[in-house]
Amino acid sequence: MIAEAGLAALWLAASMALLQLIAGLTLLRDGAGQLVPLIKPAAYVQGALSTFAFFALMWLFYDTDLSVLLVANNSHIDKPLIFKLAGTWGNHEGSMLLWVAVLSVSGAAIAFFEKRIDTKTLYATLSVQGFIALGFFAFLLFASNPFERLLPAPIEGAGLNPLLQDVGLAFHPPTLYMGYVGLSVAFSFAVGALLTNQVGPAFARAMRPWVLAAWIFLTIGIAAGSYWAYYELGWGGWWFWDPVENASLMPWLAATALLHSASVLATRNALRAWTIMLALVAFAMSMAGTFLVRSGILTSVHAFAVDPERGAFILALMLMYTGIAFVIFALRIGSVKQGEPFQLVSREGGIVANNILLSVILAVVLIGTLYPLAAEAMGDKISVGPPYFNKATVPVMVLLMLALLIGPMLRWRRDELIRIRYWLIGAAAILLLGAIVAWQLAPDIGLFPLLGIAFSLALAVAAWLPLRGRKLLRTPLPVFGMVIAHFGIAVSVFGMAAESGFSSETLTALAPGENAKVAGWEVKLNDVNPIAGDNWVAVEGDMIAAKNGNQFALHPQSRHFFTPPMQTSEAALLTRWNGQLYAVIAQPDQEGDGRWQVRLWWKPFVTFIWYGALLIAFGGAISLFGRMFRRTKKPTRNRWQS
Amino acid sequence: MRKFVPILLMLTAPVWAQGSGPTPAMANRQLADPSKEAEAMRLMHSLRCIQCQGQSIADSDASMAATMRAEVRQQISAGQKPEAIRAWMIKRYGEWVSFEPDFKGARLLLWLTPLILLLASLWLARGLFRRRT
Repeated sequence: MIAEAGLAALWLAASMALLQLIAGLTLLRDGAGQLVPLIKPAAYVQGALSTFAFFALMWLFYDTDLSVLLVANNSHIDKPLIFKLAGTWGNHEGSMLLWVAVLSVSGAAIAFFEKRIDTKTLYATLSVQGFIALGFFAFLLFASNPFERLLPAPIEGAGLNPLLQDVGLAFHPPTLYMGYVGLSVAFSFAVGALLTNQVGPAFARAMRPWVLAAWIFLTIGIAAGSYWAYYELGWGGWWFWDPVENASLMPWLAATALLHSASVLATRNALRAWTIMLALVAFAMSMAGTFLVRSGILTSVHAFAVDPERGAFILALMLMYTGIAFVIFALRIGSVKQGEPFQLVSREGGIVANNILLSVILAVVLIGTLYPLAAEAMGDKISVGPPYFNKATVPVMVLLMLALLIGPMLRWRRDELIRIRYWLIGAAAILLLGAIVAWQLAPDIGLFPLLGIAFSLALAVAAWLPLRGRKLLRTPLPVFGMVIAHFGIAVSVFGMAAESGFSSETLTALAPGENAKVAGWEVKLNDVNPIAGDNWVAVEGDMIAAKNGNQFALHPQSRHFFTPPMQTSEAALLTRWNGQLYAVIAQPDQEGDGRWQVRLWWKPFVTFIWYGALLIAFGGAISLFGRMFRRTKKPTRNRWQS
Repeated sequence: MRKFVPILLMLTAPVWAQGSGPTPAMANRQLADPSKEAEAMRLMHSLRCIQCQGQSIADSDASMAATMRAEVRQQISAGQKPEAIRAWMIKRYGEWVSFEPDFKGARLLLWLTPLILLLASLWLARGLFRRRT
């Protein structure tokens, strides 16, 4: 009964989305517009119905109603409650339902809260939002119905992929989806503003909180995915340039660029066409990301999420939305007036540099990810992997860091480099000193880590300089947000560079009682014990790590799952303030002498990578808070707008 | 290059002739010489484990990856150059095995992508800026 009610709610919500779309079309044709007053109520009802459908599914999972196919396939009567509930979105259908529910609620929130933009633009935006929702409702109802019944009902259910029975991973897909939904809202605003010729500061201010929110979720999602790969895959790597990682990185890059150009549009009324373009690209990239993950056209560690037929559906949706959007862009962009002018050396100039460099990185990642597909179509099976992506993107990232050392210090509209000469000299000195010290510490560090260390040190100082000369209590929160996020980048880059440049590795085989050394740590393997979990058995190493008289116990495991059969490593991580000791126990050594393969790494400052990412997200959250709780007045022209 | 490969194979032939081959231990043990190990590690990070889902042979527990790691360390310690080993791997497993595209033909374009894009976007952006008055 609940399943049927949920399904009915979905159909009704889809009809509301259709109503929004049709009403919007009559608005654009300047018709009588009798349907137009229905747009807002339709958005509210759509939001309520989608939310109801999602909670109906959650209830089915809570209740473990095994007569529902999705529950039977993804749950089990004996599963802990938290995983039962997380199971609602821990699968394809449920996660798409969550996506649509968040999308609908966002639409309702726009309808309710948004007062800054022109009414007509708001209606157009809500119609576009309805149009997007309609596509995803169709996808749910025709290709991935979460409420499908199963007859006869099984007795206990199939369970959940063991790799996914991880609290961190239960929250990984929804986090990314929130990000994608936020970008779809930005897309709706952009198309709405284009259609009604309202591309200006008010539009940018209305869109900005959504981009910020999306960007915060994407940042957290990527960082969490990276940390998961780091501790779960058992070889100490934290970024593999895997197609799916790239798919999550591309929307983030686009959103980062969009965030910056939207701030130029909001404060200075410049970069109009460019901001619209980025909003379209950001949404296209989030759809492309979903498509790459679901379609299975790329070999990836996310192979469990694959379904070619659904991939084709998402591809069709993506091509339709972005195709239509770019046609509107091409038709309307001529009427978007050029924004306010500015000089090369100015805050806008710095943000243009940010936009160009981020777009170049985005394009390189996109081309590198898709190149093997194109080559294969032409009968040439090649791989494009980490060596290419590192060499092709890191130099551009270095330029980006350089722009970040200068841009935020410049004034809007026009400035002179001579005005900030003391900082330029200071930055050069930090870069030089940092490089020399890093090179002294490790002569074979490599060029990229060396540059990373030097630039992160300079940026760690540069990030705080925009606060100089301000009264801190009267400084707007978004400025603090920017400062913290930029400092987070310095922290994260420092972690990446230190890990790449200074890590020590020991690969060995130990019998119980033997020990091995890595970077001043002495690790002794005391014993190896078999242990068993719910659905796995493991060998667990009992190790003691000692340094400077301090001793720590480590318990790495090598787990073997039965259904499906799968081998995973549970690395033991010992976190110190200046790095992590990473210990793995693998198979018995093949020489049959009672020794076990042991892998040890000392990774200096590796945790800074994720602390930095958290700081970036925290900076974004402070900014968002500042933007949301400011008076929502009609935008006034500021002194830079002539 | 093609002509060169048989010679490379001959160079490694004595190893195979002894019937030992690369020992499995070399798959999971470092070389004694740190600079050679670093060289081997760099190469291993740029070779795909053809049995896995998009991992390099340096980050995989698969048996195929172990065999390939052993092969790389074996050949490096025999004084082989990394690029020659890559060519050997490509000869054996196809271009698919190398994560690092070479500089030939359309792949050269792939490598030049960042530069081309950077120049193109600078050219496009030049209209944004107002000349200094």
